[in-house]
Amino acid sequence: MRSLDELKKLKAKTQKEISTREKTGKPTIIVHMGTCGIANGAREVLNAALAELKERNLTDIHVTQTGCPGLCHLEPLVTISEPGKKPCVYGKVSVENMKRIILQHVVNGQPVTEWLVNLEK
Amino acid sequence: MEFYRSHVLICTGTGCTSSNSRALIDTLKKELVENGLEKEIQVIETGCFGFCNLGPIMVVYPEGVFYCRVSEADLREVVQEHFVKGRVVQRLLYHEPNSTVKTTEFDEIEFFKHQKRVALSNCGVIDPEKIEEYIARDGYFALAKVLHEMTPAQVIEEIKKSGLRGRGGGGFPTGMKWEFAAKAPGDQKYVVCNADEGDPGAFMDRSVLEGDPHAVLEAMAIAGYAIGANQGYIYVRAEYPIAVERLTKAIEQARKLGLLGKNIFGMGFDFDIGLRLGAGAFVCGEETALLTSVEGRRGEPRPRPPFPANKGLWEKPTIINNVETFANIPRIIRYGADWFASMGTEKSKGTKVFALAGKIKNTGLIEVPMGTTLRTIVYDIGGGILNDKEFKAVQIGGPSGGCIPAALLDTPIDYDNLIAAGAMMGSGGLIVMDNDTCMVDIARFFLEFTQDESCGKCPPCRIGTKRMLEILTRITEGKGKPEDIDNLEALAKTIKSSALCALGQTSPNPILSTLKYFRDEYEAHIHDKKCPAGVCQALLSYTIIEDKCRGCGLCARNCPVNAISGKVKEPYVIDREKCIKCGACMEKCKFGAIERK
Repeated sequence: MRSLDELKKLKAKTQKEISTREKTGKPTIIVHMGTCGIANGAREVLNAALAELKERNLTDIHVTQTGCPGLCHLEPLVTISEPGKKPCVYGKVSVENMKRIILQHVVNGQPVTEWLVNLEK
Repeated sequence: MEFYRSHVLICTGTGCTSSNSRALIDTLKKELVENGLEKEIQVIETGCFGFCNLGPIMVVYPEGVFYCRVSEADLREVVQEHFVKGRVVQRLLYHEPNSTVKTTEFDEIEFFKHQKRVALSNCGVIDPEKIEEYIARDGYFALAKVLHEMTPAQVIEEIKKSGLRGRGGGGFPTGMKWEFAAKAPGDQKYVVCNADEGDPGAFMDRSVLEGDPHAVLEAMAIAGYAIGANQGYIYVRAEYPIAVERLTKAIEQARKLGLLGKNIFGMGFDFDIGLRLGAGAFVCGEETALLTSVEGRRGEPRPRPPFPANKGLWEKPTIINNVETFANIPRIIRYGADWFASMGTEKSKGTKVFALAGKIKNTGLIEVPMGTTLRTIVYDIGGGILNDKEFKAVQIGGPSGGCIPAALLDTPIDYDNLIAAGAMMGSGGLIVMDNDTCMVDIARFFLEFTQDESCGKCPPCRIGTKRMLEILTRITEGKGKPEDIDNLEALAKTIKSSALCALGQTSPNPILSTLKYFRDEYEAHIHDKKCPAGVCQALLSYTIIEDKCRGCGLCARNCPVNAISGKVKEPYVIDREKCIKCGACMEKCKFGAIERK
């Protein structure tokens, strides 16, 4: 270590890696993975979300899973939850849709309204 | 860079390692590979969370789900349910001792809620074997700050202003110690870390070293800069293998990144650290004995003055601080003396780590602001007394400390209040005792320890502790004499004023404090030949209460020495001559007909 800058760079790099352990205040992508969700391809959607985040180097976005909320006919379901905002639930999410949700909603903050399945939109 | 969606932190501190967390890690990694999740879920070995009686502990991020007492057999379910399907495994969650409601996230648990983690802020959060994770949480930025922005005098001033006092026992102001060493003439100076934690039941320093070793290294380098030293030594006991291993790795990593060694940050400051392993003598926790041992000689104390700040290691000016003291330093530099001084009481600033042990529901390691009451520690954090028995006292400060009775439960804990109560902070071992504990026996236990650990150099300690132990043993065996209490007090006073080092000077504390608060128990042992708590075997007798005995004969069948006789369906009788007071009969009796007095 020959300078403070080097230390700062090292910090920035690792900080992203361990941000999974901290509350970042950024949106969380929740993939519903009940049996119905898995049967309808939730696993692929989850993988697509991870690949897209990695591609965009968005390691401070948390990806978690949860069970079936009961809307089995609309699986795979994905919820985007942001602190202080109403969660947005997307239905029949495909691999392609997942990428667009990340770009439009997670990155740009514009929910893709036509895909939302929340009862009150 | 790999991107993992989930981090699984498993404690590999000493507590969880002994409940087999290593095997857990191996099995979990295997399960993840079988389910094709090894690239999504990262397993991280971390330091102590503090909740040791629930080990092995596993925390899953980003959700922050807290699983406890996880066994290898549970892992398949955790992987299948939680990691594949996102369903938290309810049965492995924690529930408060007094409720059945399960708590998912670990910041919601009462045990953690009342704590304020400063020295332990990285324990259970980072992987202690990766210097990068320490750096990601602002590690080594305090060292950078002092080298770039502060003069040594400013560093000392900042530490003085923070009000930090030594966490190893005495509570001497750290900033003043540094100032003495900085002002002492000499071209060669040393920084020493006292990691010779020897109190029975104490594992604060151990957990810091295992969970956050770099904090200690960084602090030592800061101290080196402040006093003008370029060499440090950590004296750690060889009985702490995990701590030794992690320290060794940490030193190597810091050297590799140039955070130890020559010309750190290109600022012309050199500092390096060496490890010295102690053989585990209690007296080597005393600073002069420790320094002698680092020099490679037999660990015996020497008179002070001269204090180590003037004549320490190899007669050179030396500062010697405890692990927890050092762990606070980088945080003080980073967040400022005012931030640190905003916690605690008037004369005791900051936080203190305590090891909670004894008859308490939540055993483990806690860190609370100075001035927290014993009641909060025992009842809110500790969850109360085991089996909801009555609280009797806590023994604080180990063999050098004393007991604090129930009447003082609401005293704010800080250095000065503890001294006033006849105890001392010590390193922070807290042993909770309930009504089944005999205070004379406790005093005897601690005296047995100090007597055994006395180095023998000075007669007050060598002979005095022996005599005190003899008297205490005699009392617990029912052979106490009326003059014993006076003799104990006289001996205690003499030893306190004449022993060479702190080990001897504080050795009578357990006796003096139990005499102060529980004199009646001593008197009951000596005059009535009774042990009120029912602990001292020689003073006990077992009797069968005639009215309650149904004559089932279960006691007689279980007595190992055939001391119980009688006819079926008639009250049985114990032969006192034959009885060895093992208590087997009392344990077996279904009608509560056997009495111990």
